Amino acid sequence: MIKARVTVTLKNGVLDPQGKAIEGALGTLGFDGVGHVRQGKVFDIELESADRAKAEADLKAMCDKLLANTVIENYTVSIT
Amino acid sequence: MKSAVILLPGLNRDRDMIAALTKIGGKAPVTVWQTDTEIPDVDLIVIPGGFSYGDYLRCGAIAARMPVMRAVAEKAAQGVTVMGVCNGFQILLEAGLLPGALMRNASLKFVCREVKLEIANAETRFTDRYAQGQVIRCPIAHHDGNYFADEATLARIEGEGQVAFRYAEGTNPNGSLNDIAGIVNAEGNVLGMMPHPENLIEDAHGGTDGRALFEAALGRAA
Repeated sequence: MIKARVTVTLKNGVLDPQGKAIEGALGTLGFDGVGHVRQGKVFDIELESADRAKAEADLKAMCDKLLANTVIENYTVSIT
Repeated sequence: MKSAVILLPGLNRDRDMIAALTKIGGKAPVTVWQTDTEIPDVDLIVIPGGFSYGDYLRCGAIAARMPVMRAVAEKAAQGVTVMGVCNGFQILLEAGLLPGALMRNASLKFVCREVKLEIANAETRFTDRYAQGQVIRCPIAHHDGNYFADEATLARIEGEGQVAFRYAEGTNPNGSLNDIAGIVNAEGNVLGMMPHPENLIEDAHGGTDGRALFEAALGRAA
């Protein structure tokens, strides 16, 4: 079995109001020197396969078709 | 004038939409469930608002991958009139039938109130019963209505007259780029909009500014 982690983040230039709110809250808590905060998503996915190359191709297809909205988001796939 | 309303779990404006189509079209729409793979021959297909699949992953993301949406895409490609309101707009974007994306409101708040809408293009099959530049009232109720598109896409839809509605008179409730409230596809037969015209169609609603949209979309039918 292959375990993978998919990380989805907003593209540069896409406004992230939630990240901005988190940034503000960190400041409120007294954490000084916090720069920009961008919020994203993490998916841990198990695949019943031993073929890493196929798994990587499948995971990228999953991102393109569902996990990420490529209009506004980038993704990275890492297989552990 | 036959219409169809797409039903998905978590939508909650379907009854309002069915009532509007029935009252204005004179005939109740057929309803089509998310797992149906075929849509009957109709002149107008509507995806109503709500919270399909609990807004999981992204608003409209799961709904857009349901079998019925392949049928909607086929009908749209054939030139059938398709309209998505609120969550319906989000679903059409996620399905790739309209350009751009809807992000969390800039205020981070769910906004439920009335806005002013300017008819930005009165030559679409949805807006041709209004006057160019006319300002109408319309209710909104959403958390993710902040329209975004990259610069090239934005320039293209602006240049091609694909922006049908804009928030007017400083009423932009969500941070949408260029005050965009509703857009059509390049072919002009698919409309997505965040505001709820189905909730302003009779005097009991406090106004009827939404009627002309349905009259236009339904009236086009043979």
